[in-house]
Amino acid sequence: MLYNEPSPLEVKILTKRFGLANSESLDTYLATDGYKAFLKAVEMTPEQIIEEVKASALRGRGGAGFPTGLKWSFVPRTSPKPKYVIINADESEPGTCKDRLLMENDPHQLIEGILIAGRAVDSHKGYIYIRGEYRYLIEAMDRAIAEAYSRGYLGKNIRGTGFDFDLYTHTGAGAYECGEETALLDSIEGKRGIPRMKPPFPAVVGAWQSPTLLSNVETFSAIPAIIRDGGAAFAALGPAKNGGTRLVCLSGHINKPGVYELPVGFNLLRMIYEVGGGMRNGKKLKAVVPGGSSCPLLKADECDISMDFDSLAKAKSMLGSGGTVVLDEDTCMVKFAQRIMKFYAHESCGWCIPCREGTNWLKKTLDRFHSGAGQKSDIPLIGELSKNMLGRTYCALGDAAAMPTISIVEKFPEDFEAHLNGKPCPYEHSTELAMA
Amino acid sequence: MTFSPELEARFAKLLEIYPPGRTRSAVVPMLLYAQDEVGHISAELVEEVARRCQVKPLQVDEVVGYYSMLHRKPLGKCHVQVCTNISCLILGAEELYEHASKTLGIGNKEVTPDGQFSLEEVECMGACSWAPAIQLNYDFHHHVTPEKLDQLLAEVRKAH
Repeated sequence: MLYNEPSPLEVKILTKRFGLANSESLDTYLATDGYKAFLKAVEMTPEQIIEEVKASALRGRGGAGFPTGLKWSFVPRTSPKPKYVIINADESEPGTCKDRLLMENDPHQLIEGILIAGRAVDSHKGYIYIRGEYRYLIEAMDRAIAEAYSRGYLGKNIRGTGFDFDLYTHTGAGAYECGEETALLDSIEGKRGIPRMKPPFPAVVGAWQSPTLLSNVETFSAIPAIIRDGGAAFAALGPAKNGGTRLVCLSGHINKPGVYELPVGFNLLRMIYEVGGGMRNGKKLKAVVPGGSSCPLLKADECDISMDFDSLAKAKSMLGSGGTVVLDEDTCMVKFAQRIMKFYAHESCGWCIPCREGTNWLKKTLDRFHSGAGQKSDIPLIGELSKNMLGRTYCALGDAAAMPTISIVEKFPEDFEAHLNGKPCPYEHSTELAMA
Repeated sequence: MTFSPELEARFAKLLEIYPPGRTRSAVVPMLLYAQDEVGHISAELVEEVARRCQVKPLQVDEVVGYYSMLHRKPLGKCHVQVCTNISCLILGAEELYEHASKTLGIGNKEVTPDGQFSLEEVECMGACSWAPAIQLNYDFHHHVTPEKLDQLLAEVRKAH
């Protein structure tokens, strides 16, 4: 089982079973309050379930942060069409590695969350879309699903409640774009993962033209605790409108990288220095990617901040998917921007021209710049090209490429200046030092 | 084409789990699982999957071109995938990739002459807190150094 040594500062709600013997088994789950929330939900009306989720102030953990209860209320429960629950386990936002742990260590918590969602929106069929690289997790989820069927927690008339639900895994095959919800829907229909125009939103017209409730693994995994202990208790863990805890994936130049469950609104500097054990080799903090590579970066002096959706929006960044990457003073920000753009250029599905052409153009410009062949006029050009992608595409991939790039150019102009006039990268050997 | 009984059973299940008339949904999983068994996606396999899922071969072919895990040419028996995305990058992933390339004597998406190894620089594989990370086929390896990579490759060589 993959997990790291816990921090005493963690508040363990979703991760409370991590580290227990056979934490993935149904017996361990049942011995630790497992499936109690589902049995409680069956006694509730769908409206009551949705109200409880609204009261929890849970916001989508995939990156967009949309209020989960509100999303559930958009699914037309009385529609004569079949309704589907789809779980986004296409975790691929650079910096993010939490859904992996939730599926590996506690698959039944996820299954129970899915069942409650199914009950709330009158759906009887769910699919877990897992990225193809996570083959061992597809197998782990398949084992948990088989165990749930064999003991009557999936299938017909679950535990005598009269509620039916079937659940399957579906493998992706390598495409970041398929983590975008509408591209994921095209992908699960067997097509190239291309985003769809919204509206209609997936809640109304989703998979196979039917109403579809689509959320991230962590979002579904939070549901059992919310129903069991009440939405208010979950909401109270975080600041207003930002309920509960989050699995923060700390990575980069820190002493104790790992996935930690912390209340939403935990201070970023405390994350780095108290939870993450501080900077490696006593180096100075330079910047932080707060929530995955799509988020504008924070400079060291902006890091005394509450990690909640609203505070980060105020700081012109985003809480994103929980992938917090910490960079020290030896990091070349031009190189960093270059690698981010290489990623988005590779992953752009090519549907929208501003993104397809823009990411490639920016990649070439940044490649040239880092090699020392950049000109002073390239610096504003990088910002301008990025701004030309913003808001001009079907999905957010173009924005996701533009936003961190704009922030790096604006916040670290000295790193760009240092590469001008054929000068070699001043940080050339920094990564080798980090390995030592 | 003939496949192992295990793969046939998986195909049968894939044709059952999607809503009625939606067998196209099985295209991507079928291609990936078939590739695992036969090594790569040939024109014959495209036709076969199209026939089984009741779609046009072109509808299968366009999917092969889109997903980065689907390959039209055979990979090595051990496909070495080095993540060089941000969290791995800043902890030495490029040096690790260069080391792999030098040791194996091949570049990105190339195969060694004996067919044992292939190499690919890949995007974020979800191992950021345990960077730098690689995958050998589907197996994750964390905190990989050039020395650890040498050991892993030696183990693979020994096993074959």
